[in-house]
Amino acid sequence: MRKKVIISFLIKTIEVCKVSQTVSKQDVLHIATLARLKFDDEQAERFTNDLNNILGYIDKLNELNTDNIEPTSHALDVYTVTRPDRAEASLSNEDAIRNAPQSENGMFRVPKVIE
Amino acid sequence: MLGKTLKQLSESLSKKEFSSAELTQFYLDRINRYDGEICAYNYINEKVIEQAKAVDEKRAKGETLPVYAGIPMALKDLIIQKDMPATCSSKILEGFVPPFQGTAAQLLEDAGFLCLGKLSMDEFAMGSSNETAFRKKTRNPWDTTKVPGGSSGGSAASVAAGLTTFALGSDTGGSIRQPASLCGITGMKPTYGRVSRFGLIAFASSLDQIGPMTSNISDNAAVLSVIGKYDKKDSTSLNIAQDDYSKYLTGDVKGMKIGVPKEYFAEGIAADVRECVNNAIKAYEGMGCEIIEISMPHTEYAVATYYIIATAEASSNLGRYDGIRFGYRADADNLKDMFYESRSQGFGDEVKRRIMLGTYVLSAGYYDAYYIKAQKVRTLIKQDFVNAFEKVDAIICPTSPTTAFKAGEKMSDPLQMYLSDINTISLNLYGGCGLSMPCGFGADGMPVGVQLLGKYFDEGRLYNLAYAFEQQAKLPTMPEKLK
Repeated sequence: MRKKVIISFLIKTIEVCKVSQTVSKQDVLHIATLARLKFDDEQAERFTNDLNNILGYIDKLNELNTDNIEPTSHALDVYTVTRPDRAEASLSNEDAIRNAPQSENGMFRVPKVIE
Repeated sequence: MLGKTLKQLSESLSKKEFSSAELTQFYLDRINRYDGEICAYNYINEKVIEQAKAVDEKRAKGETLPVYAGIPMALKDLIIQKDMPATCSSKILEGFVPPFQGTAAQLLEDAGFLCLGKLSMDEFAMGSSNETAFRKKTRNPWDTTKVPGGSSGGSAASVAAGLTTFALGSDTGGSIRQPASLCGITGMKPTYGRVSRFGLIAFASSLDQIGPMTSNISDNAAVLSVIGKYDKKDSTSLNIAQDDYSKYLTGDVKGMKIGVPKEYFAEGIAADVRECVNNAIKAYEGMGCEIIEISMPHTEYAVATYYIIATAEASSNLGRYDGIRFGYRADADNLKDMFYESRSQGFGDEVKRRIMLGTYVLSAGYYDAYYIKAQKVRTLIKQDFVNAFEKVDAIICPTSPTTAFKAGEKMSDPLQMYLSDINTISLNLYGGCGLSMPCGFGADGMPVGVQLLGKYFDEGRLYNLAYAFEQQAKLPTMPEKLK
């Protein structure tokens, strides 16, 4: 199942790349699934249009040759910060679940996962 | 009580010219009177008067108090203050009451400040006009048909309208500086790593930074002196000594080299904005600064780079809103539908747009073409700053291309809205500090802001420059009708 999805996405990717760099309504619905968002037909149209406008603008980055440039992921040179693996004071169970929409016996309660 | 600096308020309180309860009530009364129209506050702290009275009692007993004891202030609604709602102006966080204390709020509390309440903003700090807020769409105190800017629009408007002594905001791509400019106040985005992000609800973690929004330079320097502290709870917080920025407010800026980047004065900059900023440049020249024209050639790529990096980080950060542990949960029969429904009903359109864009640029097949590409261009933009700071001590330019625009004017065109941040975004990609302060009024009578950009941890120099200009320009920081 998972494989199928990935393959169909790859095929779609190749197709999109062939035609242009812009996204179709179908792509938008696929991205929405990845992001756990749901759109009706009208919203999907609108988001397709918005994303194409923005991506069209973003395409200007391709004017720049960045072949030998290192990517920056962080502004300053901070390296992985570690600390001794010692338990420190943390939230009580009561505090941790205080904001849960539903809880039971000190645990988060969710709708049924397995039928 | 209006128009006093924090230092003066602190002195008046210690001399018992007025009490903390009186000062706090003064601000609550102003909020009552004006906030119906301005809509800056998402939440008012009902206990603040009690807290002020407690400070007064301690003072009466002669207890030693912190320097700012009993002075009220307010926080942008994504900065965590324990036991006070934090909504990010989003439906998805309605009802969320943080069970822990954020570092910035704690440092302010330690210095004696009281929290009046939480200020509206664009939803999850995504926006430049405060119009993406779920409930309170804040308006500009100088003209309430206009936007206050964003995303820290509530913070800027509350300071400009005298509904707080000062406010904290946050800046990911200009969210402190642009609204400060549009509302005629001073806002500082400190160097990335200067202020702890522990207790700042995340938007784009490699760019976000908390900073002070104030009605004058001295207050701004005072507040950053309090919150600019290393915090081991934020692994990107830099372990450098706290500074007392008030020592830079000397008025002497002779010999300072100020760079004028031609790319920041490009065609989109309105004539009246250009004129005000040019006057500020002349003022600095008159004070003995050396004005040097510079070039930052990759500036035009900053908005595109930013909207890849910031949305990618946001799409990942906002994955946590799933309806399980906190925030809004939609009714659903199974877990999967609960995720879809909670997120789809809880987030507004602009947030969805950015999650979608971020998910897209990170998805298989596009990661290299967009995300890695943007990170490489970020290196080039950073290099522009490094090169510039080899020649100059600070950079000067307009903060916003125009004065405040009409509410509704740009909401239908997201790209136009993004382009209003064209002069603020590069700095976040570089990570240095930047300050916006008022420098005059446009043809429409609305405030114009000038921006000073500095290298890493050079906030002191920006305060030095800003203070010298403020003392000379003596501009009004509040609309006459609100005094």
